[in-house]
Amino acid sequence: MRILVCVKRVPAPGARINVTADGQTVDAAHLGFTTSPHEECAVEEAVQLTEAHGGEVTVMTLGPVAAEEQLRYAASVGAHHFVLIPIDDVDWDPQRTASALAEAIAAVEETNGAFDLILFGNESADAGGFQVGVRVANHLGRPIVNGIKGIEIGGEQGGELDEGVATARREIDGGFEVYNVPMPAVLGVKEGINLPRYPTMKGRLASKKAVVDTDERTVEAGGQVRLRLHRPVEQISETVILGTGPEAAPAVVDLLEELGVLS
Amino acid sequence: MVEPPRAVSQENNRMSDFPTRANVVVIGAGIVGNCLVGHLARLGWTDLVLLEKGPLPNPGGSTGHASNFIFPVDHNKEMALLGEQSANQYRDMQMSVDSGGIEVARTQARMDELTRRMTSAKAWGIEAHMLTPSQVKELVPFINEDVILGGFHCPTVSVVDSLETGTTMRREAIEKAGCQVFANTEVLDIETAEGAGGITTVAAVVTDKGTIEADYVVVACGVWSNRIANMAGATIPLVPAVHQMADVGPMDVLAETNNEIGYPIVRDMDTFCYERQSSGSMEVGSYGHRAILHHPDEIPSNAEAALSPTEMPFTPDDFDDQMETAIELMDMLGDAEIKYAINGLLSLTPDTMPCLGETTEVRNLWSAAAVWVKEGPGMAQVVAEWMTHGYPRVIDVHGADIARFYDQERSDEHIWSRADEHFIKTYGIVHPAEQWEGRRNLEVGPYFSRQQDLDATFFQARTWERPQWYGVNADLVERYGLAEREVEWDNRWWSPITIGEHLNMREHCGVVDLSSFQIYELDGPGAIEYAERLAVNKVDVAVGRSIYTPWLTPDGGFHSDLTMMRLGEDRMRIVTGVFDGGRDEFWTRRHMPTDDSVTFTNITRQLTTLGLWGPNAPAVLSQLTGQDLSQDGSPYGSIIDAEVAGLPVQLFRISYVGDTGWEIYTAWENGPALWDALMEAGADLGIRPTGGGVYGSSGRLEKGYRLMGAELESEYNPLEAGLARPRLKAADFIGRDAYHAAREAGDPEVSMCTLTVEDQTDGQGRSRHMMGGNEPILDADGGRIVDSHGRVSRATSAGYGPSVGKHLLMSYLPRELAVAGTDLQVMYMNEMYPVKVASTGAVFDPDDTRLKG
Amino acid sequence: MSLLVICDHDRGTLSDASLEALTFGRPLAAAAGLEMAAVVIGEGADAAAAGLGAHGASTVHVASHPLLTDFGPEAWGETVVQLVRGTGATAVLACGTDRGNEVVAQVAARLDQPFVANCRSVDPTGDGSGNWTMTRVQWGGSLLEDATLTAEIRLVTVAHHVVEGVAAEAPASGTMVSFVPELDDALARTVVADRVVLTRGITLSTAPVVVGGGRGVGSAEAFAPLEELAGELGGVVGCSRAVTNNGWRPHSDQVGQTGTRIAPEIYIASGISGAIQHWVGAMAAKNILAINTDREANMVTRAGHAVIGDLHQVIPAITEEVRRRRG
Repeated sequence: MRILVCVKRVPAPGARINVTADGQTVDAAHLGFTTSPHEECAVEEAVQLTEAHGGEVTVMTLGPVAAEEQLRYAASVGAHHFVLIPIDDVDWDPQRTASALAEAIAAVEETNGAFDLILFGNESADAGGFQVGVRVANHLGRPIVNGIKGIEIGGEQGGELDEGVATARREIDGGFEVYNVPMPAVLGVKEGINLPRYPTMKGRLASKKAVVDTDERTVEAGGQVRLRLHRPVEQISETVILGTGPEAAPAVVDLLEELGVLS
Repeated sequence: MVEPPRAVSQENNRMSDFPTRANVVVIGAGIVGNCLVGHLARLGWTDLVLLEKGPLPNPGGSTGHASNFIFPVDHNKEMALLGEQSANQYRDMQMSVDSGGIEVARTQARMDELTRRMTSAKAWGIEAHMLTPSQVKELVPFINEDVILGGFHCPTVSVVDSLETGTTMRREAIEKAGCQVFANTEVLDIETAEGAGGITTVAAVVTDKGTIEADYVVVACGVWSNRIANMAGATIPLVPAVHQMADVGPMDVLAETNNEIGYPIVRDMDTFCYERQSSGSMEVGSYGHRAILHHPDEIPSNAEAALSPTEMPFTPDDFDDQMETAIELMDMLGDAEIKYAINGLLSLTPDTMPCLGETTEVRNLWSAAAVWVKEGPGMAQVVAEWMTHGYPRVIDVHGADIARFYDQERSDEHIWSRADEHFIKTYGIVHPAEQWEGRRNLEVGPYFSRQQDLDATFFQARTWERPQWYGVNADLVERYGLAEREVEWDNRWWSPITIGEHLNMREHCGVVDLSSFQIYELDGPGAIEYAERLAVNKVDVAVGRSIYTPWLTPDGGFHSDLTMMRLGEDRMRIVTGVFDGGRDEFWTRRHMPTDDSVTFTNITRQLTTLGLWGPNAPAVLSQLTGQDLSQDGSPYGSIIDAEVAGLPVQLFRISYVGDTGWEIYTAWENGPALWDALMEAGADLGIRPTGGGVYGSSGRLEKGYRLMGAELESEYNPLEAGLARPRLKAADFIGRDAYHAAREAGDPEVSMCTLTVEDQTDGQGRSRHMMGGNEPILDADGGRIVDSHGRVSRATSAGYGPSVGKHLLMSYLPRELAVAGTDLQVMYMNEMYPVKVASTGAVFDPDDTRLKG
Repeated sequence: MSLLVICDHDRGTLSDASLEALTFGRPLAAAAGLEMAAVVIGEGADAAAAGLGAHGASTVHVASHPLLTDFGPEAWGETVVQLVRGTGATAVLACGTDRGNEVVAQVAARLDQPFVANCRSVDPTGDGSGNWTMTRVQWGGSLLEDATLTAEIRLVTVAHHVVEGVAAEAPASGTMVSFVPELDDALARTVVADRVVLTRGITLSTAPVVVGGGRGVGSAEAFAPLEELAGELGGVVGCSRAVTNNGWRPHSDQVGQTGTRIAPEIYIASGISGAIQHWVGAMAAKNILAINTDREANMVTRAGHAVIGDLHQVIPAITEEVRRRRG
């Protein structure tokens, strides 16, 4: 199998996120960066699928040159090929991002043939646009389902088992929906689909030798324009301390009664 | 004195309870601040407030991510004893587990260093063993014994719970002293006021919850300390620096121990790494990466930080080399997952030592900073005792005293440069005489260019450059038939030229640059009375006379030893060494009367001093002056105004090297002319520029002169040092009561002695040279010699005595051993050498006949 | 010209999220000078459509097609696209649930129009040059983004829980119009093929009480008292990401930005510090009770009520007290 995973480099913030003075981006001066969590799981899923079925994993990112760090991280946990679409530090809008990715994917596929599966995260941790994967799938004319928390290769199609089908599970309240998507296909996965491995020391050292291809893309901006980022006004209310230690239990149960959850 | 206990819930004070004044405000609830309030409470202090910017129990400082292990062996006495003190406190609170620890060597140089560590272990009484690679493997089965040459095993290496210890000490302060604790309280400013005598004094701490007036404020803010001190106009010279740490695992072999730590901690010294089990995982820590320094303003707040403020984002590129070497040592690490990795922040100072004591800039503002978990409880005790008794009792801490720094050492440029240079030495092999590369030539004497022309090798004493020997004197090596030392380590930062300079001085004469002397003057109607209060010996002597005298701590131990010169009815000059200048100036200013009866002036940069000594010294000087230079005209200990080579000077008849001569004081700008005149006058009399190797070592040792910070420490008194005068002066002085009691108690328990090394040959047939780095003096059976106070006999100084032909050591010895002829042993590099007690005074010219010539 | 609101339903019962979208859409449509229409898709759509007039929809399109019997993002997206083209709608709105965002993304991709997800407010008068302006959420609500939208057809979703779904003060006609799209059989490829029900009864996102545990719980086994309390209160156990990463609880129990967003009557958060990742999943809870040894932990300072203490002692004490009062 050949699997492509698209990932995004995002800051790893604490309990408060600061914004740069121009309001255009997160002030990451003291922050580390990571792969957006859903996508970290997507990489893990791709690696597991190729471990089970053979094949290779390509990881692509559109981001600043520093996003090479996230590609190497993917290398350290088992991915094989890497493509960086470099942009300036401020995010591209979702339409523009999707167009550039679609072009870059098409370029890779022109040489090497279509990927069986392309995995996206359900949404990025920072911008949260909920659309890049869908747009890319549409560009490429492939099916896509989002919210996926389980993938198996092979599924029922027309009453018969078809190796060319990916069976994808989507979590809903109290259960899950099953989709049998013919490959080549695109899936948007969610955290929880697996527990991503951490890199081993040997994996980290090997990742330094990974070759990262750079593919510059010039694409027109879309119709959504960022004016500024800002922090929401926090509603600070004095916390009522019901007590200290187990002696507080009666006060807690009073509260539960008051809220009517003790019926 | 102690108030009745209050409820534990005191810990969670609300804003409405926020106090408006307190006796002591301690800022920072890491291991240091918590232990400090605990120790203050034990010492009877009340009305304490502990402020913390972050949440409790883990406020997000360096304590929260510390690896929490204590390797007790350190070459440095303060660090070793405070580490031991801390380890004991952790043990007493049942907050520690002895995991044991092994330092492994991959190189022969490290193997030699491990023998040196064996020696220090012996000195401090810590159990330690040298291990072969296979013995290491028995204790650490997953180690690759093929890459190591051996190991140094210390079974009492311990792992502690620093957060829980802090909590326990804080609770003790709450219960004993009603200490009020405010977490999530940010200090915004420290206000000062002008106290009596115009002295800047701490007044209040301004926080986001209110302002607290305080009599004392202690900065225990770890990596933030300098920023907080700056709020009051004080400095605590330290810089936050990264120590990388990665947690890898899980590994079955570790998980199977079913405890936090079941295998000894391994320090892979040559790769600057450690491997420390933490339950099923291994923490791999590194001091091997580039120095990564941060300004305190770059540290994120608790809210902004992804982990904690001092667990900064990991920069993996800096760790890759350490990973490779770690895998070499323990292959299993390569396949384990890196679950957690940080750029952890810790504090570095310009000279690697902590910053303890009252700040010199702001009265009653104290520093308890640059302290790591391994020494936290002990150092907190030191500061608490210091605040209580005027000087700490548990141990002498001159090396950690924040007053030691000169202004140039407090600059960011200096702190950063030095931290950058010494970070890699954290696990390095550091020679006792090792010199800094950067930040040199900060202070030089007026003869500097001449000395460079004479091919001087300079050693830096704090900020001051001093010639250690002169390359131009290389001919003396041949003349006196001298040789390099056989073993490179002994020869490093040393030259046989220094012996040549010594012998030339004994035969002819030498000129020593003493420009680094720190010189102060006290003037005014109260000057002599105040000087009397500082000194053990009577300073109210005739004008033109001088006194060599100890200054004592309130407990009667040495704070300083220095020379005081009566220059006028109301004028006293104080001359002290460059290593102690900061502390002595601060001590002098700190105790000054505030009634304007005394003024203090530092004239270090106005006066330069040249020492002229040797049997030809009078002949040289007499060519340049009409002054009567006889013992009548210029008696020993006198200071007289004179003219030399047409320059106004003061001739101070004194010697620190055992030959007759003078310290000649003159205006800085006259220095070069004086130098040239002496050199010219002495050209036919064998005069040579002579370096610090003679002045500070060989000349001094032959005469048994004691040195502050080596022989003289606050743990010893003048009786033990052999510096007691026959009578106790009538006037009061700091430490008088304690000193009086010690005199009344009779003969001292120990006496300072000079010992000769009777055979310097090691097991490989090489001649070795002890360095005075606390090498233990042992009895005939190899047993340690410890007195009833726990003070251990060790070489406080060592060096060759060219005029007596013996390698000399100085050490305190119990009275019954402090007898000439007593045979003992010294350990050096884990081998034993026979030594003999020579004297409690001088081994060269004990009657001082040469001084009177 | 209309604003088309996509309404989701479960076998004829409108979802709360749909009512939120309609509530949000009414003033938006009014300000934009648009009529508000709604579309309901699939089996049971008739029943769901019936009440939409009360929520301000003047026209309710009821879409049906053999491919629309169950959810399929592509088929649903294509259906809306055809409806937009057919009715001349100039704006589409849905609630920013996973499904809502996915369907609007499909519409956006097919129309090649921009799509602004998870708005908190939308101003159709915007910058005065015909562009809409809006404030949308980033980082799960920890940051806000002001943005402009330049488009022929404006596609937006309103972030879940921003408004409460309430009926219109003045009901609209709610005229039901049936709509049968032309759908390519190939779109069956992304229609739900099967459904598996794992649990019956309450779930994390619907439970009236959630008892949450964080790193402070300490181990998988130590969650037992939390289970006990949750059981006693008819609730479920939730956890922080640290717990999931430690393997103590399944990811399905994770409350947070990348886990489940909860909105219970009360969230009892124990041993949880309250990092962004967790907070954005918990902040919609109507009441929060924090149990923590650290009075100044983010979770405590943000909670309405708190008990300062060790959860291992406090939780069993609460359970015991509940049982005692019930006799």
